[in-house]
Amino acid sequence: MTENLNAAGEVASGKVSTPDFSNWSCPLPLADYPTIVMGHGGGGKLGNELVENLFVPAFRNVALENLGDAAVLDVPAGKLAMSTDTFVVQPLFFPGGCIGELAVNGTVNDLAVSGAVPQYLSTGFILEEGFPLAQLAAIVESMAAAAAKAGVKIVTGDTKVVERGHGDGCYINTAGIGVLRPGITVGPQFAKPGDAILVSGTIGDHGMAIMSVREGLEFESQIRSDCAALNGLIADVLAAVGSAVHTMRDPTRGGLASTLNEIAQSSGVGMAIDEASLPVRPEVQSACELLGLDPVYVANEGKVVFFVAPEAAEQVLEVLRAHPLGRDAARIGQVTAEHPRMLVARTAMGANRVIPIQIGEQLPRIC
Amino acid sequence: MKYLTEFRNGEIAQRMAREIRQIATRPWKIMEVCGGQTHSIIKNGIDQMLPAGIEMIHGPGCPVCVTPLELIDKALAIAAQPGVIFCSFGDMLRVPGTEADLFQVKGAGGDVRVVYSPLDAVELAAKNPDKQVVFFGVGFETTAPANAMSVHLAKRRGLSNFSLLVSHVLVPPAIEAILGAPGNVVQGFLLAGHVCSVMGYWEYPPLAEKYKTPMVVTGFEPLDLLDGIRRTVVQLEAGRHEVENAYERIVTFEGNKPAQKLLAEVFEVTDRAWRGIGVIPKSGWKLSEAYRAFDAEERFHISGIRTQESPLCHAGDVLRGALKPAECPAFGKECSPRHPLGATMVSSEGACAAYFNYGRFISAEDLAKAGSGLTGTAQ
Repeated sequence: MTENLNAAGEVASGKVSTPDFSNWSCPLPLADYPTIVMGHGGGGKLGNELVENLFVPAFRNVALENLGDAAVLDVPAGKLAMSTDTFVVQPLFFPGGCIGELAVNGTVNDLAVSGAVPQYLSTGFILEEGFPLAQLAAIVESMAAAAAKAGVKIVTGDTKVVERGHGDGCYINTAGIGVLRPGITVGPQFAKPGDAILVSGTIGDHGMAIMSVREGLEFESQIRSDCAALNGLIADVLAAVGSAVHTMRDPTRGGLASTLNEIAQSSGVGMAIDEASLPVRPEVQSACELLGLDPVYVANEGKVVFFVAPEAAEQVLEVLRAHPLGRDAARIGQVTAEHPRMLVARTAMGANRVIPIQIGEQLPRIC
Repeated sequence: MKYLTEFRNGEIAQRMAREIRQIATRPWKIMEVCGGQTHSIIKNGIDQMLPAGIEMIHGPGCPVCVTPLELIDKALAIAAQPGVIFCSFGDMLRVPGTEADLFQVKGAGGDVRVVYSPLDAVELAAKNPDKQVVFFGVGFETTAPANAMSVHLAKRRGLSNFSLLVSHVLVPPAIEAILGAPGNVVQGFLLAGHVCSVMGYWEYPPLAEKYKTPMVVTGFEPLDLLDGIRRTVVQLEAGRHEVENAYERIVTFEGNKPAQKLLAEVFEVTDRAWRGIGVIPKSGWKLSEAYRAFDAEERFHISGIRTQESPLCHAGDVLRGALKPAECPAFGKECSPRHPLGATMVSSEGACAAYFNYGRFISAEDLAKAGSGLTGTAQ
C-alpha cells in the first residue's frame, strides 16, 4: 500500500526522491485507506478528512468545532496551571488501557496533583506511515472516553506523519490547563517533618502490566494497568481536609521510590517508610520477584501520594477508601527532620535500609 | 505467594536471630557465596540482626562481577559489528568494559537486546537467518543448563547463525581458591542454593573435610538465610565441619541429573580468569568439541583487545572478602552505580552496589535512628 505513495503518487521503482506532499491530495476517500499514509499529515484533504471524520466527532466540543488556528477558551479569574507530557508507550494497547487513555489521564493527573481543576487539553499525534487507521480510531475513542470521564475537553490538536521506520506507530503529546483552587497551596517543596505519607492504592500495577505483555511473560492472573484520572479522588480529599494536604504527586516513571526521593530533595526533609505497609498486589509482587525487580521502582498511572498534616491522616484515609480509586489506600510512613534528603525503609525484618534514587532503568537480574 | 511470605515473617526472623545470639559464644566469619544471597542480606538487613561477632563476608558469586574484562571487551566488539544481534541478560548491559558498555554500543547503533532466556535468542536466530545472533552466556552453574539447552537446540535445528559467547564459572573451585589462599579468614560457608539445585551438593564434602570448614546449602529468603547462618554457627561452636542442607524444599544431594547430563555433553571444564581475582584452574566451562562451532569467540576472531582496569578499583579484594565495599577509598566517591569503576558496583548482586543502594555508606546507628520514628505507622 505505502509503496504506491512514494514520490507523490508514483509507483516506487527503487529511485530515491524527496516527496513533496505540500500540495498533494489523494482522490480516494478516507475509508479507502486502511492505514496512515504520508498525506494524512500533509495539511491537505486527507488530513482534513481525519479531523472531520475522526477527531471532531470523537472529541466534540464548541472550542474544537470552530477549527480555528487556536482554541479560544473561557477561564475564570485567578491562577492557571499548565502541564505537558509525551507518551511513547509500547505496546500501544495493554491490559487495562491504551496510549490514548494514558495521554489524557497523565496530563489530567499532573494538573490535579498541582491542586488545579483540570479543564482543557491539547493533543498532538505523531503517526508512522502504515499505522492502521482502525487502531488510531480505537485510540482516539479511548481518549474521548477518558476525557469525558475526567470532565476535561480536548480543544485543539495536530497530526504529523513520519515515514515508515521513523516512528513507533503512534506517539501522543498532550498539554493541559487547569484552574487553581483558591486557598490551596501544594507543591513538592512543602512536605514538613511529622507529615503522614499516604498512598492511594497498590503500587507497581502499570509497569508490570506493560512488562508482562512486552516481554511475553504470562502469569496465572493477568496484571492490569491502573491507568486512571485522579482529579475526582483528589477533589474529594481537598474538599474534606483542604490545606492539611501539603504535597501530592502521582508516582509514574521511577515508581513510588523516585517520587518520595524527589520530594525529600525538594522539601529538604527525610522520610521513613514501613515496607510491610506498602500495598502491593500478590501477582505484581510475584512478577517482580521473577524478574528481580523492586515494586517501589515500578511505574504507576493511577496512584497518588499525599503528604498531609498528621492529625488529618485518618480522615484522608477514610475519604480515599470511600472512593473507587482509593480502596487500597494505606499510610506508609512519615516525614522526618533526621537524615534530610534521604528515604529510609524499615524492612519487614525490623532492620533499616536506604531506598535511593534509581540510576536509569531497573535491569532484570541474571539469576 | 505462600512461598514468599512464609519465608519473610519478621517475628520468626527475630526469634531465629535471638537463637543465633544465644548460640554464638565467639566471633565467626561466614561467607555467603552467592550474590543473590548478598543482595538479600543487605536488602533485608539480616546482617544488622546478627550478634556483633558474627560477620558476613560477601563472596565472589556474582556472575556479572567476575566476568573477565577481556570478555566484556570482546562482547562490545562483537555487538558493534553490523549484521549481529547481540543478546544478553539485562544486568550485563551496564558493566563497564575498558572504554564503553553495551548500552553505549546500543546507543551507537549496535543491535543489542535484553532477553529473559537464551532460548529467546535461539528463536531470534530462527527468525533472522540473515543475521548472526550471539548470546552472552555468563553465570554460574545456575544459568548453565538454559545456556547449554540453547546451543543444543540450535545445533538440532541447524541454526548456524547462532553462537554463544561463554564465560561460565564454577563454585567449588572458587571456594577451594578462597580456602587455600594464604591469610584466608573465612571459617564457614553458606553454599549457593540455586547452584546446588542444579548440581546437588555431592561436590562439597571433600572440600569441607580437607579445609575443616562447615558448609550449609542455603536459600535466599530472610528465614532461609537466618537458618543457614544458625546451622553454620552451631557447627562452628561444636567444632564440626559437615555439609548440611538447609534448602531442602529445592535442593537434593544428587541435584538435577538430566541437567547435569546436558551440561556434561555441551561443556567441558577449563581454566577461567575471574575479574578481580585472576585465573583459577579448572574453574569454568567452555563449549565442548562437539559444540565448538557455536562458540562466538571462534566465529568472530576478535583480536587486539587491550584491557585496562581502573587503578582505583579494589573489586578483587572485595570479592575475596578482604575488604568491605564501604572501606574501599573510591566507594561512593569516584565509584558509584552511576559511574561504576568495577563490575561489583554494577549488578544488584554485586557487593559494592548492594552496599551503595541500601545505604551502607551511613552508620548502622544512624540508620536505626532513622527508622525509630516509625513505631505505629503500619496499618
